[in-house]
Amino acid sequence: MLELASLSRAFGGLVVINRVDFKVDAGEIVGILGPNGAGKTTLFNLIGGVLPPSSGRILFEGKDITAMRPWHRCRLGIGRTYQIPKPFTHMSVFENVLAAAMHGGNMTLTSAKAEAERVLARVGLAHRARLPAGRLGLLDMKQLELAKAVALRPRLLLLDEIAGGLTEAECDVLLGTIRELHGSGITIVWIEHVIQALRRVVTRLAVLSGGSFIAAGRPDQVLADRRVKEAYIGT
Amino acid sequence: MASPANLILNGGRAALVAAVVVMAATPWLFSATHVVLLTEFMSMLVLAIMWNLLAGYADIVTVGQHAYVGVGAYAFFGFAALWGVNPYLSILLAGIVAFAIAVPTMLLVFRLRTAYLAIGTWVVAELLMLAAGKLSAWGGGSGTSVPISIILYFGRARDVRLATIYWLAFGLAASAMSVTYFLLRSRIGIGLTAMRDNEEGAAAIGVNITFARILCFLGTAPFLGMAGAIITLQKLRVAPPASFSITDWTVLIIFNVVIGGIGSFEGPIIGTIVYFVLRQYLADLGAWHLIILGTVSIAVILIEKRGLWGLVRRLLGDDLIPIAHKPSAMLTKQHTG
Ligand SMILES: Nc1ncnc2c1ncn2[C@@H]1O[C@H](COP(=O)(O)OP(=O)(O)OP(=O)(O)O)[C@@H](O)[C@H]1O
Ligand SMILES: [Mg+2]
Repeated sequence: MLELASLSRAFGGLVVINRVDFKVDAGEIVGILGPNGAGKTTLFNLIGGVLPPSSGRILFEGKDITAMRPWHRCRLGIGRTYQIPKPFTHMSVFENVLAAAMHGGNMTLTSAKAEAERVLARVGLAHRARLPAGRLGLLDMKQLELAKAVALRPRLLLLDEIAGGLTEAECDVLLGTIRELHGSGITIVWIEHVIQALRRVVTRLAVLSGGSFIAAGRPDQVLADRRVKEAYIGT
Repeated sequence: MASPANLILNGGRAALVAAVVVMAATPWLFSATHVVLLTEFMSMLVLAIMWNLLAGYADIVTVGQHAYVGVGAYAFFGFAALWGVNPYLSILLAGIVAFAIAVPTMLLVFRLRTAYLAIGTWVVAELLMLAAGKLSAWGGGSGTSVPISIILYFGRARDVRLATIYWLAFGLAASAMSVTYFLLRSRIGIGLTAMRDNEEGAAAIGVNITFARILCFLGTAPFLGMAGAIITLQKLRVAPPASFSITDWTVLIIFNVVIGGIGSFEGPIIGTIVYFVLRQYLADLGAWHLIILGTVSIAVILIEKRGLWGLVRRLLGDDLIPIAHKPSAMLTKQHTG
């Protein structure tokens, strides 16, 4: 479904993503782990089209999207959440999701309204629907990020640290939502530091360190890997 | 529920409807002096609405909007006075010419962002003004008066003429407002509003940023051009420094929008009202009134980025003119508590 071919990105002299080759198959939930500054968010910025790569190619469903603008990628079916939420602060929570459903989701106003209400109820934000998004707390803002991404009706969903700070119960609800989304046919790539949450849902785990993947495979195998332990103890 | 905020909002809406009715009937209700003043108000309002759409929503902070006002003025004069086209039709054609000038300008200016874009729009406007000064049929550098025959075409008696010109200005302002209203309510408008709040976030949910910018830039040009034609009918002259006045058609407009509230539907309306009220008191101060307005707009921005309307809206919790889409009452009721 998604293929990164020898993808690199440098900021000035600093190489943040270093010749990454990576594939995600349809139907997977891939977890991405990695120490702070490993380049995880940068990788999503490259896939989402916010940043152009220094070199390499990105393919989505066999199509080269390397030069495509972010909104075109979104409409092809790539949805993402931001680690640092990007809410539309002066619009209501409802309108934030409505905007996503109408643009990325390509829905009419009537169906987008219904979709926004459904998605807000699903992530537990219905009671905040009328509030300006800028007045949400950080945790609610992360839920709004998820709601916006889901309303895009993506086929590939990129999640960047949405579980941090949740209580165990809230985290269980989130895992339930993610399983449901996966069950409805969405392929998921999830960057997360909360290893316990990740290993409960992912079908594959990959570890990014210093701009390259140092391990990938079954979660228990990857977590037992010597190099993975070193990368983590090193931080 | 009848909360105090709701009462104020509904009162405000009723006042607004009343104001629109009164404005439509202005020539029958007020003296010639006031009709002239309100004609000017309507033209300024159009310019404010357009600048707000560009700078407040599409992040095209232009300081060259006087270019289109000037082009509209010169095109109107050309069609009506030089080539004998019907004067009403000439107003429309002025809008089309402004649009035609906006296309190549856009190709040039959209290569630039932020401060460079602002400078780019300004340079283009100055070049157009210099070019206008070279048109000898338009009186060259010193300009020329609109022929009497064309003035009389809008009414032989003075008050009939003033009324006609007023209604043209009112009609343009009303259509500028309706177009903006329906635009902001539409799919594209929801995207524009998202862009206003967070451009990268808007792109990430599929808002075509480039298309929205092009639409706004090209869409505002005909309104500015037609405003330029109507302003020419008020001033009865075309001249490079007056028709392409950066002070009157850009700087002052920026002050008004900033004071009223950039990035809101109500902002430019409130800002223009505030300007006309202040001007009545500041008129004796001459050039000082610009300095005072500039200072006020800086003060407003420091207190509340979204201007006077931003301040009031925070207290009232809703828009005066309902642009935003609301969830069904069911949703919030079901899930409260
Ligand atoms: N736009 C940018 N300009 C310059 N440097 C950047 C930019 N974006 C990221 N970097 C740098 O790239 C490196 C990787 O950042 P990135 O945000 O991708 O890390 P991360 O793996 O997501 O970290 P975290 O776990 O803290 O979120 C960091 O050193 C960061 O400072
Ligand atoms: Mg990150």
